[in-house]
Amino acid sequence: MELPIYLDYSATTPTDPRVVQAMLPWLGANFGNPASRSHSYGWEAEQAVENARAQVAALVHADPREIVWTSGATESDNLAIKGAAHFYRNRGRHLITMTTEHKAVLDTMRNLEREGFEVSYLTPEPDGLLDPDKFAQAIRPDTILASIMHVNNEIGVIQDIAALGTICRQSGVLFHVDAAQSAGKVPIDLASLPVDLMSFSAHKIYGPKGIGALYVQRKPRVRLEAQMHGGGHERGMRSGTLATHQIVGMGEAYRLAHEEMDADNDRIRALRDRMLEGLSALDETYVNGDLDRRVAHNLNISFNFVEGESLMMAMKDLAVSSGSACTSASLEPSYVLRALGRSDELAHSSIRFTLGRFSTENEVDRAVELVKQNVNKLRELSPLWEMHLDGIDLNSVQWAAH
Amino acid sequence: MSYSDKVLDHYENPRNVGVLDKEDANVGTGMVGAPACGDVMRLQIKVGEDGLIEDARFKTYGCGSAIASSSLVTEWLKGKSLDQALEIKNTDIAEELALPPVKVHCSVLAEDAIKAAISDYQGKKSPADSASAA
Repeated sequence: MELPIYLDYSATTPTDPRVVQAMLPWLGANFGNPASRSHSYGWEAEQAVENARAQVAALVHADPREIVWTSGATESDNLAIKGAAHFYRNRGRHLITMTTEHKAVLDTMRNLEREGFEVSYLTPEPDGLLDPDKFAQAIRPDTILASIMHVNNEIGVIQDIAALGTICRQSGVLFHVDAAQSAGKVPIDLASLPVDLMSFSAHKIYGPKGIGALYVQRKPRVRLEAQMHGGGHERGMRSGTLATHQIVGMGEAYRLAHEEMDADNDRIRALRDRMLEGLSALDETYVNGDLDRRVAHNLNISFNFVEGESLMMAMKDLAVSSGSACTSASLEPSYVLRALGRSDELAHSSIRFTLGRFSTENEVDRAVELVKQNVNKLRELSPLWEMHLDGIDLNSVQWAAH
Repeated sequence: MSYSDKVLDHYENPRNVGVLDKEDANVGTGMVGAPACGDVMRLQIKVGEDGLIEDARFKTYGCGSAIASSSLVTEWLKGKSLDQALEIKNTDIAEELALPPVKVHCSVLAEDAIKAAISDYQGKKSPADSASAA
């Protein structure tokens, strides 16, 4: 068994060997620029790019002409939100999102606030899900766009984007969905979903890093103001020479996901449930986020009376995340868990386990053993655990805050 | 985050974990920090007839640096007089464990825990004195 055991598939996934094989020729002899129209080097590259575009579109039931290549989901989020806000600014200045969004959405919104837009940040219910009624109430006559993620990166809950999108359609509000964590994990049917813009990543589903895509609906047509200017690639929405090898890799990753998603999910869900069952042997553990409306590969658990960073340190043979991987350099407890109303203590003691295509039963069993062993060890060290066993309510204690 | 070898050593093999009878007149207990801040330290000392600290125990909820800081001070405290114990400064702890700047608060907490334990002990011995000192 390779150590540390990789249980951080929501941070990134290993590139599938089949994807690597598909990419290699485009780093070698087939080096042409897909925009070169005057020779076969260019024509071949263009064909590879268009083939990949069709593969990405097929997974989410879109028209290939609705797929715009970007450098990743962060860029897709930026292009969708800023591009639409700038293009439709005369319609209104109000935007809606959620407090548990990825930073790529939240920080983009903050930037638009500095430009004079107004943003409503909605809080999810304690299970992590957004109440469609509250969403509907937040819409104003001057709302131009709402951005709600499909699957949360930390707790894996699946938002009801069909219901939210329907509300948007009824109110004439554009609907952007960050699908970085859901594409290839959850069926997506853009032919029927009321979604105008959707962000995709390759490296979350066994493709390479540095490539992503934005779905931009054609009927009715959604317009964007370009954020990257240059040669007018991608119908003028995103200039820059296309990275053929990356694009081919993303296409192959999406093709594999299309073929293998159901089988992968069944296997991964069984592993996740096995892990949950094993960890449930520990007292005072809490699953963060709804367990049913959740992707198969995510398990986010708080181990009460144990501090998360020390738990991570104890589990050096496990590659997992505490709080959000993107912000784990900071000592703040996860903003997502706090938005769910989790106490600071529980937010501090959370670990995100995310499984994937290459996870095995042996790895899960070993991980469960390691976690149990270390949680017990740290609880032996924890004055809070001792007080809990003595029946003391920690909320009744007057703490000397520092 | 990378940890120094000394932090790792104390973290993996914490010294003097445990509990002393806090009702014992010779035991001083100090509990500092708050769960909401991510660390709580409980430090206990037992003072002998000769006025020297004969035992020290801790339990800590917190990051590896907080656990290491409290483990280290239990080692340092044993055999010291109360005056000597009060001379232990957070900078000594931070230096010994090579704590990075973001973890210096752990050493501050350990120093506070020493003071709180000694104050609790002194309060038991002469309640009036500690009230005026507090």
